[in-house]
Amino acid sequence: MVQLEVLLQTIVSGLLLGGLYALIGLGMTLIMGVMKIINLAHGELMMVAMYIAYWMFTLMGVDPYVAVFIASPVLFVIGILIQKYLVTPVIKVESILPENQVILTVGIGMVLVSLATVFFKSDYRSTPVDYASTTWYLSDFWANSPIELSVSLLWAVSFFFAVAITLALWFFLSRTDMGKQIRATSQDSDAAILMGINVNRVRALSFGLGAAIVGAAGCLFIPLYYLYPALGGQFTLIAFVITILGGLGSIIGAIVGGLILGVFESLTSTYVGMGWAPVGRFVIFVAALVFLPGGIASILKRKRLGK
Amino acid sequence: MKKYYPFITLAVLLVLPLVGFSTYVMHILILLLMWATIGMSWNLLSGYCGQVSFGHAAFFGIGAYTAGILYSKGAISSWYGLPLSVLVVGVFAFLIGLIVLRLRGPFFALATLASGEVFRVASENMAWLTNGTQGIMLQKRLWVSKEPYYYIILAIAVGTFILMRYLVGSKLGYFFVAIREDQDAAESMGINTTLYKTIALVVSGIVTGIAGAFYMNYMGYIDPHIVFALHDISIITIMIVMVGGVATQWGPFVGAVIMVLLQEMVRSVESLGALHMAIFGLLLIFIIIFLPNGIVGDLSKIKRFFGIGRVKA
Repeated sequence: MVQLEVLLQTIVSGLLLGGLYALIGLGMTLIMGVMKIINLAHGELMMVAMYIAYWMFTLMGVDPYVAVFIASPVLFVIGILIQKYLVTPVIKVESILPENQVILTVGIGMVLVSLATVFFKSDYRSTPVDYASTTWYLSDFWANSPIELSVSLLWAVSFFFAVAITLALWFFLSRTDMGKQIRATSQDSDAAILMGINVNRVRALSFGLGAAIVGAAGCLFIPLYYLYPALGGQFTLIAFVITILGGLGSIIGAIVGGLILGVFESLTSTYVGMGWAPVGRFVIFVAALVFLPGGIASILKRKRLGK
Repeated sequence: MKKYYPFITLAVLLVLPLVGFSTYVMHILILLLMWATIGMSWNLLSGYCGQVSFGHAAFFGIGAYTAGILYSKGAISSWYGLPLSVLVVGVFAFLIGLIVLRLRGPFFALATLASGEVFRVASENMAWLTNGTQGIMLQKRLWVSKEPYYYIILAIAVGTFILMRYLVGSKLGYFFVAIREDQDAAESMGINTTLYKTIALVVSGIVTGIAGAFYMNYMGYIDPHIVFALHDISIITIMIVMVGGVATQWGPFVGAVIMVLLQEMVRSVESLGALHMAIFGLLLIFIIIFLPNGIVGDLSKIKRFFGIGRVKA
């Protein structure tokens, strides 16, 4: 029974973690789908948002979950500026290696980490909210339950926020005119131009949107994690693994991919060892590349076509 | 005249230690040659063959650990790591290639980045083999003076230079460039792109691995965070070639000089400590926007900017 309890608890925490991962992956898949470039400063943008949330909490006592509504717009603007003044000029530059844009985002990430280290030192910081230790137990609701599961309030709230933001994004992309323009550009930018879509504006907007989403994810993460300047790198990789696993530019793929990764990492931590979780992440990554090059999106598409 | 440049450079490099530099200057020269070697190997795979690797730390680290494990577990001289790493890194490079060479462009880049990270995490966790985060330390290094190390790394660098020059000038080199320019077209011309990409990756990996094995012998200490470092190894490697000149023979040397000196300058000014990554990042952004082919590749552009050079009548 204890075995089963551990397994279920691991899966529950994995799903909660996966929901947040999915949000990070969504930001990247949006940028990647529209721009066809990898944003290797993705995690670093998240780190910037986390510092915004941290300082708002420390200086003004603003709850991290409220900070989402301030950090996201700020990140949106940062994203648009990066797109407009750095990425667009580099796309026009002629060079031997087309991967210049990827290397450019590495440079942006380095500058962001370095500035954070200079201004805030490499200390570990956290936001000690008063409800941090609140936890719900299954036995509170079901007195005779044969197994015991627990969910921390923080994780539950963060997960709820992640779901809400994902739904809002889905609504925006599928129902609004701007969302349709973004999807059209991501499918075929040349055709989109012919249809009279201002592709440059769409690109800037989607970079901003991607940054805003990962910014929101940062605010949801800060009550749960320690914050330090170099934290971004691992989240960039997580976002990338999810994007590959889910299939480029696929929203549903990113959500499913995020959940799978969360559960898988949770399982590796419990059954193999804490330090091995990053290796588990790359095992998924390699497996996806080798066995499922189109990602989860390709399975969904096949199903839709009835094959 | 241009034909003799390599020989003049070699002669200068051979007699340089006779000047009687301080150990610090010798240390810089050794690092410089080591980075030039790594840069040349990256340039073969990424500059000529067009497969941009973000994970050369994997090969560097495997080479360094091959030498280190020989010493710590086999109790034999870590110098045997130099020839052995050719074999070990070659096998690993081949295995990595099986997975990553299926991918193109940015996906290849990211897959190599991930492979570098896998080895870092694995070496941290496999303490029975690698001593984990404690790292491996040589009890004593073979020589106290820097000169022997200098000549060894000089031999490695010169050997690499000749190898690269030969490879790039051979038929193989033309295949590499064809793959870089248009992989599908190369394929349709009957070039076995998978085979040649694998060759480029394995050769590039082996050279970096030898540099890693040398690093173990020279520095006498390695740990996962040093030799598998994403920023300090993989990204610096990219920067050296980007700054110096992608797909040029002298680019890695020029880049190594600039990057190693810059690194030392930043390190010597204490107040710059945390800013060093910002300086590198800004330099990278500047180079990509204004000199996308590096200093050697865009030399004519630089000359034009300063108004030097031949005026054509």
